[in-house]
Amino acid sequence: MEKFIKHVGSGVPLRRSNVDTDQIIPAVYLKRVTRSGFEDGLFSAWRNDPDFVLNQEAYKKGTILVAGPEFGTGSSREHAVWALQNYGFKVVISSRFADIFRGNSLKSGLLTVVLPQESVEALWIAIEADPSLEITVDLDSRTVTYSDVTVAFELDDYTRWRLMEGLDDIGLTLKQTDFIDAFEAKRPAYKPKTLPIRI
Amino acid sequence: MGKTLAQKIWEDHVVRSAEGEPDLLYIDLQLIHEVTSAQAFDGLRLAGRKVRRPDLTIATEDHNTPTIDILKPIADPISKLQIDTLRNNAKEFGIRIHSLGDADQGVVHVVGPQLGITQPGMTIVCGDSHTSTHGAFGAIAFGIGTSEVEHVLATQTLPSKRPKTMAINIEGTLKTGVTAKDIILAIIAKIGTGGGQGYIIEYRGSAIRALSMEGRMTICNMSIEAGARAGLIAPDQTTFDYIKGKPHAPEDWDAALTYWKSLYTDADAKFDLEIDLNADELEPFVTWGTNPGQGLPLSGAVPNPADISDSEERGAAERALQYMGLEAGTPLKKIAIDTVFLGSCTNGRIEDLRAAADILKGKKIAPKLRMLVVPGSERVRQQAMKEGLDKVFLDAGAEWRNAGCSMCLGMNPDQLSVGERSASTSNRNFEGRQGKGGRTHLVSPLVAAATAIRGTLSSPADL
Ligand code: SF4
Repeated sequence: MEKFIKHVGSGVPLRRSNVDTDQIIPAVYLKRVTRSGFEDGLFSAWRNDPDFVLNQEAYKKGTILVAGPEFGTGSSREHAVWALQNYGFKVVISSRFADIFRGNSLKSGLLTVVLPQESVEALWIAIEADPSLEITVDLDSRTVTYSDVTVAFELDDYTRWRLMEGLDDIGLTLKQTDFIDAFEAKRPAYKPKTLPIRI
Repeated sequence: MGKTLAQKIWEDHVVRSAEGEPDLLYIDLQLIHEVTSAQAFDGLRLAGRKVRRPDLTIATEDHNTPTIDILKPIADPISKLQIDTLRNNAKEFGIRIHSLGDADQGVVHVVGPQLGITQPGMTIVCGDSHTSTHGAFGAIAFGIGTSEVEHVLATQTLPSKRPKTMAINIEGTLKTGVTAKDIILAIIAKIGTGGGQGYIIEYRGSAIRALSMEGRMTICNMSIEAGARAGLIAPDQTTFDYIKGKPHAPEDWDAALTYWKSLYTDADAKFDLEIDLNADELEPFVTWGTNPGQGLPLSGAVPNPADISDSEERGAAERALQYMGLEAGTPLKKIAIDTVFLGSCTNGRIEDLRAAADILKGKKIAPKLRMLVVPGSERVRQQAMKEGLDKVFLDAGAEWRNAGCSMCLGMNPDQLSVGERSASTSNRNFEGRQGKGGRTHLVSPLVAAATAIRGTLSSPADL
């Protein structure tokens, strides 16, 4: 995973709440067996509307998506994260993310930043006034900065450390194999197994 | 102080905990399907890693599979590739798989319980948000993303932050015609699609204890629609009776039962949040909008966005009415339906099919309406045929299909067309969920059957 320390880019205001994962990437796009190429399905139902924000020239270069509350509700599909990343987004800002989506994004290195709804509104207004507005998302200081505004956000130390080091979660857990072995040695025998097959 | 059920199960699975880090949680069972696993297996291969516990892993084909001509090669080459990839991965990594044509092929969340592999006190994960279904047995079961699928395959553990706990107490007795589906739709309408965020919800109270395992699964299934990490119900005699005799019921039954009986919330335990609901007052519930929280009793009318004070919610309601093609003030019972879908991991179990067949027996579905009946698993399909339910559906004019997710998410050819309106027993009414431009109303199996007969949203009492 790529290290995430700081990102500087311009924003895309997505003034919608409850953007679920079926909107981010509809099921028909989920048939691929790779992690790439999902950008064509991103927000696909809205992409043929010329007024949709991603279709506006001014926002074509945006790398920071600023969305309404309850972003990423619905299915567990990590394809939603990949689609955003494949399209070029590095950061998504919202006042509330669905749990699974947030977990997925932080595992894949897409930084999801929770800001109060007032800050999101202020950011929308600032971006709409100047789509090229430079926004800095700094994980080291846990802040979002634009013009003369700086807003702090929270992220637990462990996740922040993992993202800043670009560490692979599985590799980290495999270092704890002794603990897993010890746990398994004590697991009760009546716990079900899928093999051998009983029907 | 005492502990909640969720805390007890959680603590029984902590492999390692360290200050400032998420708990490393042991996973008792991982369910796999074709859509969210390919990239995980790829990751293992790239890193030269093995599956740690193939014997705690099981795969089925469900999301993308056809529901007709299932033994012919899959027509869509991309769908076929995805299924073939799952079959090859299962073979390479030594994982049990139930493929099309097999008795235990079907929606993952129907298959686990029917095999008796879903048991109280377990931790269960799957790359699918409706894994919460298994919580009906008193297990902590939650959906995960593909990176986590890979993590569990490689280590049989998952670093996880301990969720908060919420109790939803539902006391009272349901009126005739009111089902588990109506309970959960009413809960989501009350607490909202984000109301459960960060919580494991425990459903409690006399109305919950009176439910069958099928009904409990319907409720836990849709916990995710309230934003919760998981939903669960304390195991009791109903749970034990359901598991007894299933293929993977514990051989050492007594040892298992002793543990299972310790799985309840202590009287002096404290939940982070408690919510009460009166079962006596509930009515059949349907959704009118494009998220599962936009629901009302069937006797109501399409709401007027102007009456909603919260500006965010008002905007969402306006957009929903436009997408759904509905006028504020229209009685819900006047809404005409084109397609009825009976199936999914919410309501595709044998009890759901029986309930709908009971209403449809000797009747015909409305002219021009199509009804798709898709059993949750092949085993459910066979059981239904043994009971002659297939004949009831076919005689009524419905289509009788093979098992799978089907129109619940419209990944296979079972889709709504633009503007087509469905009454669906599934769990999501998102824009385009059942096909681009399709309009979905979530309903119970009873409402689905009555709607199929009358052609407009209806409950059995309207017949
Ligand atoms: S039936 Fe629907 S909700 Fe259930 S697993 Fe399949 S697609 Fe998901």
